[in-house]
Amino acid sequence: MAQIVIDTANHIAGYAAKAARAKVVAAYPITPQTTIVEKIAEFVESGEMEAEYIRVESEHSAMAACIGAAAAGVRTFTATSAHGLALMHEALHWASGARLPIVMVVVNRAMGAPWSIWPDFSDSLSQRDTGWLQFYCADNQEVFDTIIQAYRLCEDERVFLPAMVCLEGFLLSHTYMPVQIHNQNEIDDFLPPYKSGWTLDVNNPVTHANLVSPEWYMEFRYMIQEAMENAKRLIPEIDMEYGRRFGFQYGGLVDKYQCENADLIICTMGTIGCEAKVAVDNLRKNGLKVGAARIRVYRPFPVEEIRKLALQARIIATIDRHISFGMEGFLASEVKASLYHMEDKPLIAGFIAGLGGRDVTFKTIEGIAQKSLKWLERGRVEKETEWIDLRE
Amino acid sequence: MSFPKTRKEMPLTPLSLPTVGSMGKTGSWRTFKPVVNYSTCTKCTLCWIYCPDGAITRREDDSPEIDYEYCKGCGICANECPVKAITMEREEE
Amino acid sequence: MVSIKELPREEYLLKGHAACAGCGPSIALRLLFKALGNKVFLVVPACCTTVIQGPYPYTSFAVPLQNMLFEATGATASGIAAALRIRGLEDITVVGWAGDGGTVDIGIQALSGAAERETNFIYICYDNEAYGNTGLQRSGATPYGAWTTTTPTGKKERKKNMPFIMAAHKIPYVATACPSYPTDFVNKLRKAKEIKGTKYIHVLAPCPTGWRYDSSKTVEIGRLAVQTGIWALYEIENGKFRLNFPSDRLVDKAKRKPIKEYLSMQERFRHLTEAEIEKIQMWIDEDWEYYRKLASSEACV
Repeated sequence: MAQIVIDTANHIAGYAAKAARAKVVAAYPITPQTTIVEKIAEFVESGEMEAEYIRVESEHSAMAACIGAAAAGVRTFTATSAHGLALMHEALHWASGARLPIVMVVVNRAMGAPWSIWPDFSDSLSQRDTGWLQFYCADNQEVFDTIIQAYRLCEDERVFLPAMVCLEGFLLSHTYMPVQIHNQNEIDDFLPPYKSGWTLDVNNPVTHANLVSPEWYMEFRYMIQEAMENAKRLIPEIDMEYGRRFGFQYGGLVDKYQCENADLIICTMGTIGCEAKVAVDNLRKNGLKVGAARIRVYRPFPVEEIRKLALQARIIATIDRHISFGMEGFLASEVKASLYHMEDKPLIAGFIAGLGGRDVTFKTIEGIAQKSLKWLERGRVEKETEWIDLRE
Repeated sequence: MSFPKTRKEMPLTPLSLPTVGSMGKTGSWRTFKPVVNYSTCTKCTLCWIYCPDGAITRREDDSPEIDYEYCKGCGICANECPVKAITMEREEE
Repeated sequence: MVSIKELPREEYLLKGHAACAGCGPSIALRLLFKALGNKVFLVVPACCTTVIQGPYPYTSFAVPLQNMLFEATGATASGIAAALRIRGLEDITVVGWAGDGGTVDIGIQALSGAAERETNFIYICYDNEAYGNTGLQRSGATPYGAWTTTTPTGKKERKKNMPFIMAAHKIPYVATACPSYPTDFVNKLRKAKEIKGTKYIHVLAPCPTGWRYDSSKTVEIGRLAVQTGIWALYEIENGKFRLNFPSDRLVDKAKRKPIKEYLSMQERFRHLTEAEIEKIQMWIDEDWEYYRKLASSEACV
């Protein structure tokens, strides 16, 4: 029987790791991730979850242990935040290059200096090019469902890549919401036992990842890109199947809201996407043709979906909880890059908001929408990147 | 066991297969060549155990057989032979 | 005590590999497989053994081998050991095979963590006393006085005592070895295989390229390291220290060869003054006084 629990996204992530039957969990504490691995420790020690729990001495070792375990043939799980993720950086490249289907929850937290424990996406977006799939969640139910979906996707032979499931610190990690924990048999049916592209095997002794000369290296990179493209095709299919089975569905790559006939589409990631829906409702009440598109999957980036949205919109406003110093938010850059070859492009306005946990409410977003619509009226975006709620 | 040529034949991540001569015929590195005098060899097998290259095979009767395709000519076998039954001779051009 | 002739003929380090001529670590690798057979999973971080494998799509290793990040051998082994436990495949021996840089410097944290977690594996540090495959830079295991490319006038600090650092983790088995003493190394590996928990073996592996001596002298120099006492063969089993043959015969200083014999065979020590050599001799004698006390006492390390 499915069961409703009221709990934080972090604890829900623990429930999901258990439901996915992860067999090796390697973890190191960091705020605001810690309560995930505390929950899993409870599950393992009470015998509710049959897994080996490796209490490593650093995040680098957490990822290394997951790589070792995944290569030795079991499903793995870990979780981290901010500096912990940064410390893993090298190992993230190794995991994707090794094509190991590791699933990791990233509880988003701003990077220091200075210390901040509050959310933004600068941690996970800094890992954009590591070859990991990246999902961004908007509520606790989506956290549970995305973790299960991520395993299914990563272990598909057309993909065999690791995935990050990102959720914002405190906004989700420590916020209680009701969540449906689906029937275990049905989850088992959706998610078959662990599968990977290769396994250490004494009966078939191979050497993994020795020196690869320029003669061969590029092909291995190309295959990762192919796997990303395959994932882009598979994510909506898996999301739809999941929806049929469990009643929860998230729009595949992009969670679209009121985008039909919208002049303005507000493009977001994570929880800002929820606030954007409220803002859209309010603006629509005033007769403004506004929609919202929440990028649920950032890698692979949903280029084709963005183009479809651009066909109907006259302006797209991107809200980045992130800044690539010396340029702009990644979301702004990538939406622009997606549309470059279109003939009749909409305007694109980039907004930076919510860094280091500053609130981004529906009111903030209504302000962004009003400004964008004003620029649309004038026929040009007056500021390439606008920082929202910035102190004078 | 087969080695890939095209991209389609490649594994998804580098999985290399055990191969004698993974670095080619390393015998070509040699400038001096160990030569065994079987009449004085006592079959103690020390040359076999100390060869860094595994280029000395231990025959059924424990006498050594040097594989010149792979012997790099380091000279450890000659240096360690307790009865000096192995000598290092300059390779001919 | 096993004899050389009892060792199996099978080779799992295949000839035609990419090591330098006269490579000490390669002898140690062959002995590793002679001791443990091929039911092993090998984790190899960045080190000379990365090169020894040769390039994709070939490898000189006929056992499952996972190449891994420089500092991550211990943690990777923890992951593999956990997976094997889950899968009921605990008859496979997990072996971490790392160089001295990957052990005493960049990898010490992950190794310490793995030991503290009592990861069931054998960790072998093959020590050629420098970063070999990057072109011979100084490591924490480089001895005092040695030339390296980053200590062109000789290292000014002493070698880190890694086996005792590992013994301080209270792991069940710590040992030293040297490929010049093959049966000693094989015995230690076989003993380690039967013990549950973290086992650490530190192997002094002479390197003609880095130590600058003729490639034929690798085994001889290893022997001299032991005979002069700069490298002692010992075991620390559940904390109890014991010297092994032939080191157990060298407690009396008169039995040990003078260190100068060892140093003068290697160009990396060529620049040493008499006073420096004397200092090294004094340190060796101090070490042996300590070994004598440990070996003759009931106390544990």
